[in-house]
Amino acid sequence: MDLSQIVFYLFAGVAVASSVLMVTRKNPVYAALYLVLTLFSIAGLFVLLDAHFLAALQVVVYAGAILVLFLFVIMLLNLGHAFEPDIRGRFWWVFAAGLGLVLLAELVAVMRGAPERPEADIVGPLLEARGAVAAVAEPLFQSYVVALEITGILLLVAMVGAVVIAKRKA
Amino acid sequence: MLIESLLLSAILFAVGVAGVLLRRNAIVMFMCIELMLNAVNLFLVAVSRYAGIEGQVFVIFVMTVAAAEAAVGLAIIISIFRHYESVDVRNFRLLRW
Repeated sequence: MDLSQIVFYLFAGVAVASSVLMVTRKNPVYAALYLVLTLFSIAGLFVLLDAHFLAALQVVVYAGAILVLFLFVIMLLNLGHAFEPDIRGRFWWVFAAGLGLVLLAELVAVMRGAPERPEADIVGPLLEARGAVAAVAEPLFQSYVVALEITGILLLVAMVGAVVIAKRKA
Repeated sequence: MLIESLLLSAILFAVGVAGVLLRRNAIVMFMCIELMLNAVNLFLVAVSRYAGIEGQVFVIFVMTVAAAEAAVGLAIIISIFRHYESVDVRNFRLLRW
């Protein structure tokens, strides 16, 4: 077992543990902070899986922007202070755990089709040759440029929509 | 590391689904949805290592859509909170019979 595998299991364990804690903490501020921990360990896994640019994006976009937005809304609505417990009762625990396990079994059954020892690593040599950013940016700006522009319009629409919806009525 | 990554993404997705079912706080439900999106991102990155760089390109699109979804969703939650003084989904009964 080499070092990268040990680091992989470390990050995987942290991700699973903190995601479970996120679901079970009553205080929404703690839930948000455990979600940050999960997202950071997923960023670490991205580095191990040869996606260095996406790891940086994960930290900047998710941990830096989206989670700050979540925490900002929680504190704006004063929910972390006098929160009411919001976890459902025993029946829902059994139902959620059962459904989660069924879904997990389904996904594992599907993933058993994945090859045990896959063929040669494609992305590794590409990253060596082109660099971490150019390897992702070239297909993004050549083959997928239309989708990229539409995504930009989507962001603009979402921004305008968020401002209009959240604005206090005069 | 391929099998382990796929298994981890399945576990994270299942935890997110269980969280959406278990919680009544609308903001925490949103955070569970973000967790599910991240599980899918992890899946795409793990597969892209052997199937080509397009998986990583797709993850960028997923992140963008997640950011847009979070902004609009939280705006809706703020506007509902102004009306009901709560983010508990039991109180959102305008469209419920």
